[in-house]
Amino acid sequence: MTQVVPYTFGFNIIEKLMDIHGFEVVANNFTSFLMGALITLELTALAVAFGMVLGLIFGLLKLAPQFKIGYAFATLYIDFFRGTPLFVQILLLYFGVLPIFGDIGAFTSAVIACSLNSGAYIAEIVRAGIQAVDKGQMEAGRSLGMNHPQAMWYIILPQAFKVVIPPLINEFIAMLKDTSLVSIISVSELTLRGKLIYASSYEPAWVWGTVAIIYFIMTKLLAMFGDYMERRLATE
Amino acid sequence: MKKVTAILVSALLLMGMLAVLSGCGGKESAKQPAATEKVMKVVTEAGFAPFEFKESGEFVGFDIDIIKAIAEAEGYKVELAHMGFESLIPALQSDKADCAIAGMSITPDRQESVDFATPYFDAGLIVAVAKDTEGITTLDDLKGKKIACQVGTIGADACNSVKEKDSKTTVRTFDTIGEAFMELEKGGVNAVVNDYAVTAYYIKTTGNDKTKMVGELFSADDHYGIAVKKGNTEMLNVINDGLTKIKASGKYDEIHKKWFE
Repeated sequence: MTQVVPYTFGFNIIEKLMDIHGFEVVANNFTSFLMGALITLELTALAVAFGMVLGLIFGLLKLAPQFKIGYAFATLYIDFFRGTPLFVQILLLYFGVLPIFGDIGAFTSAVIACSLNSGAYIAEIVRAGIQAVDKGQMEAGRSLGMNHPQAMWYIILPQAFKVVIPPLINEFIAMLKDTSLVSIISVSELTLRGKLIYASSYEPAWVWGTVAIIYFIMTKLLAMFGDYMERRLATE
Repeated sequence: MKKVTAILVSALLLMGMLAVLSGCGGKESAKQPAATEKVMKVVTEAGFAPFEFKESGEFVGFDIDIIKAIAEAEGYKVELAHMGFESLIPALQSDKADCAIAGMSITPDRQESVDFATPYFDAGLIVAVAKDTEGITTLDDLKGKKIACQVGTIGADACNSVKEKDSKTTVRTFDTIGEAFMELEKGGVNAVVNDYAVTAYYIKTTGNDKTKMVGELFSADDHYGIAVKKGNTEMLNVINDGLTKIKASGKYDEIHKKWFE
């Protein structure tokens, strides 16, 4: 046998570990776990990206009660998607609503459901962020000759952005964990892969332990990215 | 403000009291039979009609009737709990349940983790497709197609064996078989591979106008068994003994007739 792994304490550590059934299961399926993590990341990134667009639109509408229809629509949207479980939304969209529009794949359905859900939360984050910016800023912008949209875009939103970073990262992390729910419609993200490997190996501690660690690494990296952004944008 | 707080607090207290009261009631009613009968904790996956499903909140089905009859013959009281199919065997291994009855096929893989009682049902797999589908009659016809199954079942093993032969095959795995059928109905997959009796029951009751079964039963040496923790010979003997008794008394045939004829 070729000696690939260094011998320590007089025996081959990897070989010893492979004697443990659970370790063997995790090692043999490691690429599958990583592929699942990749799909989880992809799904989360798309959901939060679309969610930010939706959140910005509906957050702004929510701040303008004078546009009655837009305001009512934004209220309805936010109330519905924040007031019902994401799990139910995923099933409702995939099996109930989206088939009306033709054959939409499970991954696309999952992105749509997660985006709509994320958008509702981000809308409230955006609203809170804008309201946190001092009223005088808008007045200052207007007195410089800007119209309302200009002042909003150039003066208010950049300041609001800094305020909303912590809750936005929070939402990002929450969404990353919540994507585990789309395993119900058979999107092969990290949790479904865990479920499949667990269903054939019956090693709950090893399989779910590995899944938990991978989720933890992803959320920790996101949190660190959030801290970095906050430090970069700090004015004092 | 004070009023609101008062109402909230009293509501909470009331709920707490109710919880305590109902807790007491539950204990008392559970105490009585425990004095005379032993309890058999049974886990199942209640999404597999006609073997086990829920009707107005109660577990019903062929398996449920069988395990109740066995328990009755042996002087046990059945306590049923629902779990995901993939969690049934771990539940036995961690002593969360005494036995599992869930249309579970006896396979060598599973026999490594649990012990099975004498088979109580002979089953086989069948392919189901949308009513207007042509050209699919055998498992080999599914190569390169999109197929659906339930996690952890032998239908899933069959799907994976197709994927091994042709890597272009897409296997979609769902938590319950109902979702796999819904996926078939909405055209997301070409076929569902699943246990014959369940698929037949589904088509008979709900999917009649949209779904059909094709080809012959396969994997016909497939038998359902009641699983117990590996090495739990005590429970294994109880179940085997009960099974023999209900087969001898005609109770088994009666239950079989009720669900399959």
